Amino acid sequence: MTMVYLDYISASPLLPQAKAAMLPYLTEQFGNPQSRHGYGDAPRAAIAAARLQVANLIGAAPEEMIFTASGSEANNLAIRGVVAAGQRKGRHLITSVIEHLSVTHPMKRLEQEGYDVTWLPVDPVGRVNPNDVAQAIRPDTLLVSLLHANNEIGTIQPIAEIADITQAADVLFHTDAVGSIGVVPFDVNRLGVDLASLAAPSFYGPKGAGALYVRRGTRIASLIDGGVQEGGRRAGTENVAAIVGMGVAAEAAQMRIYADTAHFLPLRDRLIDGLLKTIDRIHLTGDRTMRLPHIASFAVEYVDGVALTRQLEKRGIIAASGSSCSADALKISPVLTAMGFPANVAQGAIVFSLGRETTDTDISQVLSAMPECVAALRAASPLFSRQGAVE
Amino acid sequence: MITPNDTLDTLGLFCPIPVILTSRRIKQMPLDQVLEVLSDDEGIRKDMPAWCKNSGNELLDLIQEGRVFKCYVRRKR
Repeated sequence: MTMVYLDYISASPLLPQAKAAMLPYLTEQFGNPQSRHGYGDAPRAAIAAARLQVANLIGAAPEEMIFTASGSEANNLAIRGVVAAGQRKGRHLITSVIEHLSVTHPMKRLEQEGYDVTWLPVDPVGRVNPNDVAQAIRPDTLLVSLLHANNEIGTIQPIAEIADITQAADVLFHTDAVGSIGVVPFDVNRLGVDLASLAAPSFYGPKGAGALYVRRGTRIASLIDGGVQEGGRRAGTENVAAIVGMGVAAEAAQMRIYADTAHFLPLRDRLIDGLLKTIDRIHLTGDRTMRLPHIASFAVEYVDGVALTRQLEKRGIIAASGSSCSADALKISPVLTAMGFPANVAQGAIVFSLGRETTDTDISQVLSAMPECVAALRAASPLFSRQGAVE
Repeated sequence: MITPNDTLDTLGLFCPIPVILTSRRIKQMPLDQVLEVLSDDEGIRKDMPAWCKNSGNELLDLIQEGRVFKCYVRRKR
């Protein structure tokens, strides 16, 4: 059975050019980039080239990038780093209830340490209201941290509008753009953000490579001390191969970002329209238009999302039910709950994320398999036979 | 007094991480053995009973000792 892989938000295959560029730094070019003898020269130059490639992808200057090992590390560094550097200014932070755990957990730890955190709500499509941000800002607010786009629902936040508010109030603004950068055009100056997190696997780069953009002049303390790497703001010998791979993948993403979107949109829309038409009691989650171009996300009534992914896999289709990080928790998605979906609907969450390899035939396969999978699960559901069938 | 077969220390971690780690650890234990889970996140009071119910495992007890919650989960499936 040939598999139809539609879980690109969890992992994408490594770009062949990125792999080719990485290999020398896993073999003969093993030198330490900080060495002042000749073995350090090529790795040091390779990191500098990658820094420029990644910076170009988001319209930043190379010296504004800090390489990290993941998007999660970038989020932690943004929040803990700004707080540690700006303690005298205040003890208040603002975020939303639909952030990734690598934002919510550092925030919770800061709450334990005595900081005040405002958790902003979202509307039924998962959007934060900029007016809520304006009202939450206080004289002692240090940082606002909001997702650029949520992977589970695809909704893109009004980041530029919120940045106008944070700039006027002289408050730092961080956006977790791990799911967006490399997928949709993202320019730090047009958006007006002070910090932005990104990760290479979102754009066909290697795992173990991420970065934090820090606007020039923004004070940030390091999480890992003890080295001159990354301007002293992230100690530890650099993962040269991963950084090089991220650079190549970033350059490729920048060149093809509009072509990728043009590839995704008709496929995504055919999937959304087709499923909404052929399946009873299915809901699109997230905004219909202001969403990532490669994400089609739904909540199906009278169906368990995890069971649905297993049914689909038996028919050769790989999808996710919510975030891959928390599938084992068997919890109703906090994102869908925050958007107002009742638990019995939210538990039927299913997310298809498309990639460059996705074809029209793949979408046809999903459109034909989904109604059968949903019907099979509902036929086995006592709740559906009691309530659903008679409604 | 419950005598656990194994203990999982999740002190300092926030929900749902303790529950995810519980799910992974208990799958490595024989049926009917008891796992003790230590947590200092208030969220465990709701999350652990909910996870046990959804996963079909048995929550024998959830007690609070100072800031630490101790959950006793028997593997049933």
